[in-house]
Amino acid sequence: MQMVKNALGRMVPSEVNGRAVKPFEGAFADMVSGKRKAAPPIPRCFPGRIDKVVNSLDGVLDRLPLRDGMCISFHHHLRNGDYLVNMVIEKLARRGFKDIVLAPTALFPVHDKLIPYIESGVISHVEGSMNGDVGRACSYGKMKKTATLRSHGGRVRAVQDGDLHIDVAFIGASAADCYGNANGVLGKSACGPLSYSNVDSLYADYSVVITDNLVPFPCIPWSIQGGNVNYVVTVDSIGDPAQIVSGTTKLTKSPTQLLIAEYAARFVEEIGYVREGLSFQAGAGGISLAFNVYLAEMMKKKGVTASFAHGGGNTVLVKMLEEGSLKYICEGQCFDLDAVRSLRENNNHVESTLSISYNYHAKGCIAHMLDIGVLGATEIDLNFNVNVNTHSDGLLLHGTGGFPDVAAGSDVTIITAPSFRKRIPIIRENVTTVTCPGELIDVIVTERGICINPKRQDLIEKTKNSGLPIKPIDQLMDEVYKITGVPEKVELDDRIVAVMEWRDGSILDVIRKVKT
Amino acid sequence: MNSNILDHVTAGKADKSDVLINCRKKEAGQGVTIAIKSSVKAFFAKHIESLVSSKIKELSINDIQIEVEDNGALDFVILARLEAALVKMGYPVHKSLQGEPCHDYFNPDFSRLRRSRLYIPGNNPDLIINAGLFGSDSLILDLEDSVAPEQKFDTRFVVRNILTCKNNFLGSSERIVRINPPGCEYGPADLEMIVPARPDTLLIPKCETAEDVVKVEKIVEELERRHQITKPILFMPLIETAKGVINAYSIACASKRSVALCFGAEDFTRDIGCERTRDGKETLSARCSIVYAAKAAGIEAIDTVFSDIEDSEGLKKSTLEAQSLGFCGKGLIHPGQIKIVHEVFAPTNEQIQYANKVMQAIEDAKARGLGVIALGSKMIDAPVVERAKKTLELAKKMGIETAKKEVK
Repeated sequence: MQMVKNALGRMVPSEVNGRAVKPFEGAFADMVSGKRKAAPPIPRCFPGRIDKVVNSLDGVLDRLPLRDGMCISFHHHLRNGDYLVNMVIEKLARRGFKDIVLAPTALFPVHDKLIPYIESGVISHVEGSMNGDVGRACSYGKMKKTATLRSHGGRVRAVQDGDLHIDVAFIGASAADCYGNANGVLGKSACGPLSYSNVDSLYADYSVVITDNLVPFPCIPWSIQGGNVNYVVTVDSIGDPAQIVSGTTKLTKSPTQLLIAEYAARFVEEIGYVREGLSFQAGAGGISLAFNVYLAEMMKKKGVTASFAHGGGNTVLVKMLEEGSLKYICEGQCFDLDAVRSLRENNNHVESTLSISYNYHAKGCIAHMLDIGVLGATEIDLNFNVNVNTHSDGLLLHGTGGFPDVAAGSDVTIITAPSFRKRIPIIRENVTTVTCPGELIDVIVTERGICINPKRQDLIEKTKNSGLPIKPIDQLMDEVYKITGVPEKVELDDRIVAVMEWRDGSILDVIRKVKT
Repeated sequence: MNSNILDHVTAGKADKSDVLINCRKKEAGQGVTIAIKSSVKAFFAKHIESLVSSKIKELSINDIQIEVEDNGALDFVILARLEAALVKMGYPVHKSLQGEPCHDYFNPDFSRLRRSRLYIPGNNPDLIINAGLFGSDSLILDLEDSVAPEQKFDTRFVVRNILTCKNNFLGSSERIVRINPPGCEYGPADLEMIVPARPDTLLIPKCETAEDVVKVEKIVEELERRHQITKPILFMPLIETAKGVINAYSIACASKRSVALCFGAEDFTRDIGCERTRDGKETLSARCSIVYAAKAAGIEAIDTVFSDIEDSEGLKKSTLEAQSLGFCGKGLIHPGQIKIVHEVFAPTNEQIQYANKVMQAIEDAKARGLGVIALGSKMIDAPVVERAKKTLELAKKMGIETAKKEVK
């Protein structure tokens, strides 16, 4: 395989699984003019009663033109409570299919059950996002082909631009009608929006809605529209919505996490962004949620209202919305059941598709309108490049989410992270994997210091008398090394197990096999 | 030589940022084996192994099996646990394994601010390593109630190492160690190990008589002499019983080292046989007695902890009450409580402005050679002046702007 050096100095392949790819040239450097989007086959329909309902998953699998090597997709709105990915793969395995390309928007610990199917070759590789044990399996080289990791916006682009062709999209829905209109806010398995599957329903050869709550036509709201759906399958249960709240989506009591969140909020105040009309996104994770709490307090004190919050809805944002310090929530997913309720009941809490939210190859996206983006990281280097996917030992343990899209779009992108976890320092000379180039990262906030990217002289100027512990990034790295010691370098295998795709489809970095 | 060496000991625990050290005796000639299990093995396995093996070599231990079960512990923790294990096992360890102690941060200061005193369990390295980041006026590294009896021995090594570590994990906070009561088996051993490490202040729990303080002072004096500690370590007697309350004044006067009397409501309510309530009526009289005793002895009084970390309104109320009774600070159990307490103890703008007016009035009167000073219709006497001075001093210490604004 031919390797080329990209703009970050990383050696990346010029093809992935036989598909030619370009090296990363810069966050907004690609040229797309004149190219056209991919398109699904043209369907047709006749007047008369429409009934796409099939009473079992097997029934629909009998009707679909399944084949080895096909690509099937899923959303992750039920997060760790999802039943469908495991259910479908198990049935396909029983039917003897192999080399399936799995294209989920994310995987969770509940999907650890897929590992035997990866090992036996039923699944050839993952295109999209993975974490936990599936990521670990990928790291240890258990996938037949090279996995591709994409951000939320990058996945939409890949489908739309024809880089990722989905044969069958399976779309779990907590409510659906016989025509295929579906949503995720009604029914016992309500989990919020179905926005992750929007692009799948538009571009896949076949779209299958799977529901445990068939409602009379019309199913309103229709997050997924019947005109894009081939079949509606009824099952006993699509998942357990109580499980959408998992480790990373709970409010923290950790004093250190609270301190980091408070520093981040104070930073936002010092640069003058706690103001009327503020827009912001702070994802899941204890620090991000706590940041929201501090921000809400500051806004209340100042008597100003935020225009909109973007990204995962959660109980803190819902409270801000209901108390009037926030006008709208535009979200692609819910991090807890309070957010699900609010999305269902509050007209100012709206679902946005991932294309509207994050897609770079679009005529605008919400992420590009953000004032403030607050994001987490596993590693940051002296050039402000950020890693959110792998740990310092090379293991692929986390999904990308909307990180690169938010970082690219926010006026001020703030990374919040402890300066070391257990003994492992966060700021390093070089990150193990680049998830997002440093040119898009403005500030790093840790409990032991705040580092501002030198290219943001305006922020440095605004905060120089703030009393916040602002210091150069190399100084903070050295201070932390004095506490932890300098970690040994980890030797990785040569084999590339996954590539990290930038929002535009170029290759940002590779993930190499971890030696066992 | 190995006849008095135990067969097997452990020290520490495999919690986050901690390490469990297992030592097993080996017969002479069997050599040293070190096995490392670690959550950060990929990065620090070699480092940990060389840290442990060099210490074993330093001590000329030739035959031992050491299993290290590490969960991201920093060196000062690993060395504390290793030392505790070897001492328990019976090896003569005469010098701290951490090497030359660092005393750069030793700074006993009688008159510093003590609004917030944050308790940190001495046996929890994960909480200790960030304790200095929160701006608490004082940090209490606890050897007493938060440490189980079977952990007392190991904990001393951790607390000693944190005090003498070159990395300053405790920030600019006052470094207080709460020892075990001097009358129990652990108290004297605590002093023996902690005093040479130079804490700024010792918090002496369960003080019931002046004798309790005097007993500690005698030991501390002797240790200071032996270890050439030139600045006297300060005391905070903690009163937690009815008997202690009755003897509060003599306790406060027992040593010149005492900077404040502290009150502990949890043990006190148990002692007098009542429930501890949210509004704390049952301790009101005791708290007042402690304030009076402290003030009569010329020292400060510090109130008990507020133990519901979720209830910030309750904490504010309780702190306002403490302030109104004459306490200068509160005990805390979570860093999230610091900000609220500091806000309560900060002089208000009105207080600062009034104090400025008083000082101005004095200057004016002096300039005009007047004996009796009045501000508006009120006569300004010595206590008013004293209070004004204190307000301005406090504001200055807290970094609050006190510049005289237009006084009319």
